[in-house]
Amino acid sequence: MSDTIIHEVTQSEYKYGFTTDIETDVIPIGLNEEVVRMISAKKNEPEWMLEFRLKAYRHWLTMKMPEWAHLNIPEIDYQSISYFAAPRKNAPQSLDDVDPELLATFNKLGIPLEEQKALSGIAVDAVMDSVSVKTTFKETLYEMGIIFCSFSEAVEHHPDLVKKYMGTVVPHTDNFFAALNSAVFSDGSFVYIPKGVRCPMELSTYFRINAINTGQFERTLIVADEDSYVSYLEGCTAPQRDENQLHAAIVEIVAMKNADVKYSTVQNWYPGDKEGKGGIYNFVTKRGICKGENSHISWTQVETGSAITWKYPSCILQGDNSSAEFYSVAVTNHHQQADTGTKMIHLGKNTSSHILSKGISAGVSQNSYRGLVRVGANAENARNFSQCDSLLLGDKCGAHTFPYMEVNNESAIVEHEATTSKISEDQIFYCNQRGISTEDAVGLIVNGYAKEVVDKLPMEFAVEAQKLLQITLEGSVG
Amino acid sequence: MLEIKNLHASINGKEILKGLSLSVKPGEIHAIMGPNGSGKSTLSSVITGNPAFEVTQGSVVFEGKDLQEMAPEERANEGIFLSFQYPVEIPGVSMVNFMRTAINEQRKYRELPPISATDFLRIMREKKALVEMDNKLTNRSVNEGFSGGEKKRNEIFQMAMLEPKLAILDETDSGLDIDALRIVAHGVNKLKSPENATIVITHYQRLLEYIIPDYVHVLHDGRIVKSGGKELALELEARGYDWIKQEVAV
Repeated sequence: MSDTIIHEVTQSEYKYGFTTDIETDVIPIGLNEEVVRMISAKKNEPEWMLEFRLKAYRHWLTMKMPEWAHLNIPEIDYQSISYFAAPRKNAPQSLDDVDPELLATFNKLGIPLEEQKALSGIAVDAVMDSVSVKTTFKETLYEMGIIFCSFSEAVEHHPDLVKKYMGTVVPHTDNFFAALNSAVFSDGSFVYIPKGVRCPMELSTYFRINAINTGQFERTLIVADEDSYVSYLEGCTAPQRDENQLHAAIVEIVAMKNADVKYSTVQNWYPGDKEGKGGIYNFVTKRGICKGENSHISWTQVETGSAITWKYPSCILQGDNSSAEFYSVAVTNHHQQADTGTKMIHLGKNTSSHILSKGISAGVSQNSYRGLVRVGANAENARNFSQCDSLLLGDKCGAHTFPYMEVNNESAIVEHEATTSKISEDQIFYCNQRGISTEDAVGLIVNGYAKEVVDKLPMEFAVEAQKLLQITLEGSVG
Repeated sequence: MLEIKNLHASINGKEILKGLSLSVKPGEIHAIMGPNGSGKSTLSSVITGNPAFEVTQGSVVFEGKDLQEMAPEERANEGIFLSFQYPVEIPGVSMVNFMRTAINEQRKYRELPPISATDFLRIMREKKALVEMDNKLTNRSVNEGFSGGEKKRNEIFQMAMLEPKLAILDETDSGLDIDALRIVAHGVNKLKSPENATIVITHYQRLLEYIIPDYVHVLHDGRIVKSGGKELALELEARGYDWIKQEVAV
């Protein structure tokens, strides 16, 4: 496996930086109630959906951007962004209806939309700019009662499920970006796994920002009913542009009794150039709730892209005996900044959580882990173990750890371990002496360091992640 | 095979090698001996291209190629191997992955296709047997948690895997008990052929009882001040280094 990776990794530039020349329906820049109504109208939404958006918008107006993160965020003019962009050929019924340019784009990204070619057995929902382009394997899954479709389709065809769960894990009042998303979100994926069903294939969404001057605000909702299982993958890329682009998404997961949800992300938004020009601002709220007894949610993320990352995939452990994990590798190079981590909120009895965070900083980047472990007063026998490791490449980057613990029940056992290490010149020379170039040596060492987390990813994603780690750090040593 | 002429090298501006010359032919074993600080390890670092050292004068030519023009990994892939005095740990990188990467880099350099999994595992098995290395060690990360002796044995295992033309053993005997020493020496002797050469850098004569050198050189203050056959090592063991220092001073 590592052979192919090394062979394929010959270029250090961001290889997803192309744009697609495609007719796009973009609404004028700026944000007001009219714009919110326009988005809702463009999507032919029912009245209750518009009400949800307007409520969120009005609340957003009362909020301020959070400033507590260890990030230096240039002022964002929310009136200079367009809040809706869609490839013009909308809602294709079959692959023949999909714009060939769009198909070519997703092929270029290595995402199989043609079902006969999808031998890997992954069902894909592809979201370009604001609209879900095509969901594969939808019919096959529907026979098992599994709903996997774009969020817009879910609003249209499964309004009861959407109404019942949307905003229950991340309310529109949660934070500045969550409120903004709730007001203007365009599309995303919706998943419902019925009682007793194990989803037979990986479900996957690929997000792609293409249009210029637009923000992407997608929303994903995953509901796993009692005794069900699903593994969900999320990938993201964007063109190379000189100006910054905003991405503010929401992901909500609900796990009922005995349900098991595995959510994996490989985030590769455009990080900006070597001087820190351009790149995506990735301000994302991801949260799951282990609602029923014995339920389980695991978050695995490999974060290599974005100019600025503000992201804390979290879990509320409400059901007794529920458990949750957060496995993360966050890489920052050049001028990238990341403030990422998790929150584990223990409410039920005998709940356990595990946090494993691996930060890698290079160039002049800043990489922070921020994590909260809270044990409620009734959470008997809660158990948490957190491990936060930082790896530094060079001496101009920063690694920071901000662990918070709030324990309100004496029976809890909460542990935190942290390490900081550096790739030494001796390690590099040792590899060189065995015939391995410095670039490959860094790749080998970094992948070794991140292995525990990467191993948690599904196979196809793991290979991709290893390649990304190496590409992201090329040229950062020596 | 290796021609070193009037080599001067320094670290952080301090000159360590001050005009060293040495000629090694295929099939030969050379022992480099000398007191602490005489420049023994600097010599191995300079031959293998450690960037911490700067060559200020002289030349190092390996099989007709000027080594100073080559990156450390190119030198390695040309067939120069260093058994480190202090092998470093590389956490998270398994020995198997490390070794396969190294072998495939070498094969790529020589325009050969990557090694097949079956061949690789077969060679691993053979070479592990040669240095009596525990299976457990090759399943671990590179040198992580290895004892001093295990690290040294691991160096010889890697040497066996990579089959170098020129092997430099830098103080491989230090930290080894007598059994481990015998196993390591046995491995080195097994790998010896009329085509390859070995430079043994050592403090003591002990290792040379097992690895019989064709030549013994005494390094003092950055220069080779005396050369002889294997009997020179015995003389050094009996008389120490002081008499040589005095000889040089005269």
